[in-house]
Amino acid sequence: MARGGWRVGGELSPRSAAVLWCCAFLLPLAAWCAVSYVPWLWHPQVLISEPGGSSYSAGMRVERADFAAAQREAASAGTAPPSGERVNPIFLPAPHAVGQALWTGFTTPPLRRGDPWLHESLGHSVSVILWGFVIASLIGVPLGILCGAVPAMARLVEPFVDFIRYMPAPAFGALCVAVLGINDAPKIAIIVIGTLFQMVLVIANTTRNLDRSLVEAALTLGASDKRLLLRVVVPGILPNLYTDLRVLLGWAWTYLIVAELIGASSGISWYINQQGKYRAYENVFAGIILIGIIGLVSDQVLAWIGRFLFPWSGQRPSKPSQIAFAIVSFPLRLPWILLVLARKHHPANQVKP
Amino acid sequence: MSVSDRFRRIAARPVVLDVQHLGMAFPGSGGGVVHALHDVSFQVRRREFVTVVGASGCGKSTLVRILAGLTAHSSGEVLLDGRPVNGPGPDRGMVFQGYTLFPWLSVLKNVMFGLEMQEVGHDAARAEALQWLDLVGLAHKAEAWPHQLSGGQRQRVAIARALAAKPRILLMDEPFGALDPQTRANLQEHLLQIWSHVDITIVFITHDIDEAVWLADRVLVLQPPDAAHPGGWLREAVEVPLPVPRTRAMLASDAFRATRERIDALIHPPQVHAAERLPVFKLTQAGDEIL
Ligand SMILES: Nc1ncnc2c1ncn2[C@@H]1O[C@H](COP(=O)(O)OP(=O)(O)OP(=O)(O)O)[C@@H](O)[C@H]1O
Ligand SMILES: [Mg+2]
Repeated sequence: MARGGWRVGGELSPRSAAVLWCCAFLLPLAAWCAVSYVPWLWHPQVLISEPGGSSYSAGMRVERADFAAAQREAASAGTAPPSGERVNPIFLPAPHAVGQALWTGFTTPPLRRGDPWLHESLGHSVSVILWGFVIASLIGVPLGILCGAVPAMARLVEPFVDFIRYMPAPAFGALCVAVLGINDAPKIAIIVIGTLFQMVLVIANTTRNLDRSLVEAALTLGASDKRLLLRVVVPGILPNLYTDLRVLLGWAWTYLIVAELIGASSGISWYINQQGKYRAYENVFAGIILIGIIGLVSDQVLAWIGRFLFPWSGQRPSKPSQIAFAIVSFPLRLPWILLVLARKHHPANQVKP
Repeated sequence: MSVSDRFRRIAARPVVLDVQHLGMAFPGSGGGVVHALHDVSFQVRRREFVTVVGASGCGKSTLVRILAGLTAHSSGEVLLDGRPVNGPGPDRGMVFQGYTLFPWLSVLKNVMFGLEMQEVGHDAARAEALQWLDLVGLAHKAEAWPHQLSGGQRQRVAIARALAAKPRILLMDEPFGALDPQTRANLQEHLLQIWSHVDITIVFITHDIDEAVWLADRVLVLQPPDAAHPGGWLREAVEVPLPVPRTRAMLASDAFRATRERIDALIHPPQVHAAERLPVFKLTQAGDEIL
């Protein structure tokens, strides 16, 4: 009898896993709904509908205690009491309002002419993130692997990287603007600074964790340093490297907000900030949730792709999954397939009778 | 061919591996040193099968890692074909106790690895690797991933991979240690069969005396450090008076038993236990004793 999924080191059936996955989202949503729609749970304020003889005006939000005091005051003074309904503070919009905002955010034109639409802001953010992440990876992955594989490199590079890592990336904001101007370049630079140094250390560590006996086996088979690196270390860490990069991509998003607020504000964080100024908190929530959705979806897609990239790790994706992947990846694999076909039909490779 | 003839013929062959006064001291905690090996000297001749036995911790793994060049020794000399060994190289193949096939390469590509390191072209390497796989009886698994193989199959591929690189000597550190007795016996027979087909010298580490005796021409008995020897030391090299090819029936022969007992006595010198001084551990509750 296997230990259940709630026990330490237990096993979870695929069905319970799926149910729990849904619960992970439904439970917070349910809590949010409860707080929003069940009046006596929280609703600490009163939205004035009829000011009566009080100093309030209609549409005002007042604390419940103040409202009760005003009512008592009106009763003792004999004037008409104010009336209203209990509401949550304006910064906690109800789920339906946010849902609506998610929809209308994409369909309503921006308030000021020339401002970007929501989807344009989003697209801009995604491109900043991707550029920043690609540049950080181009430097960080090789450097991290070198540090993990070559002890002298680790000693030379890691102490300084560790030193910079502790400086908050936003601290470089002013510097980036001074050097790179006010457009996208300093924003991308902030993302690079925020992710690169963590990346070097994380990947160096992953590389160091490669099973040493694999390296030793390759050494006894006559591998040179270069081949050891390219044919043993790199393929050996590839699945873990892929997971690392997924985690680090999430990290890049956390630097987005600061990155987009330096120089000329832009992107989804500009949108969120702007909506906050208009006190349109349902739009603020919509923007925050959009970031979450993009992050979650892209991570799940990367995880799904990951299951096909490393067939040696023993995970066997389901048949429908395999078919879907074959279709999705076909354009990418086409040049490779053509190359193999060309080689096969090359006259030099024809089998002679 | 009588057994003594056989040993005369082996003695006439050239020395492949020459170990002279080998000593090894690891830096220990607190600035001290841990002596793992002390003044170990022996020679292995061409196509000889030598096993090394000894109690746990007496330096067997250290010895074989030094021979492979994976650990630098602190004193003495290791000569392969007269040239000093420093650092690992393809002239000394190694099969490890753990599974060290490259998980990202198919079985065939694993066996091709050593050949490709030696600049053998892809097609030639492939053809040659298939022959080695055939020798270990796993040609039908050429396209499988290592994780799809059983433990015994993995070690057979590891042997094929080591041999494909054409080493002068094959070093094996408890290669069958993690296998069940049945698989282990199969692989022992298999290894001798391979050895009879391939011109290779083998140094095989084990702590199983039966295995050591049944496989070997000679058994080197290593001893843990004692008062006279600060590190593990070579007690004796025991010649195994059994004809080749070996059969399972020889396990019951007098010659086998005598050799086995001699080595056993070397490893476990008779000791008188002060039994009455050992504390009694009670696992049962009062009233539940069976005595
Ligand atoms: N890297 C090391 N650093 C310090 N001491 C070591 C190191 N490797 C081995 N030793 C010590 O050297 C001695 C011999 O170890 P070794 O692993 O060679 O034993 P062994 O005979 O292979 O044992 P086993 O049969 O358990 O595998 C031990 O006392 C061990 O603690
Ligand atoms: Mg050992």
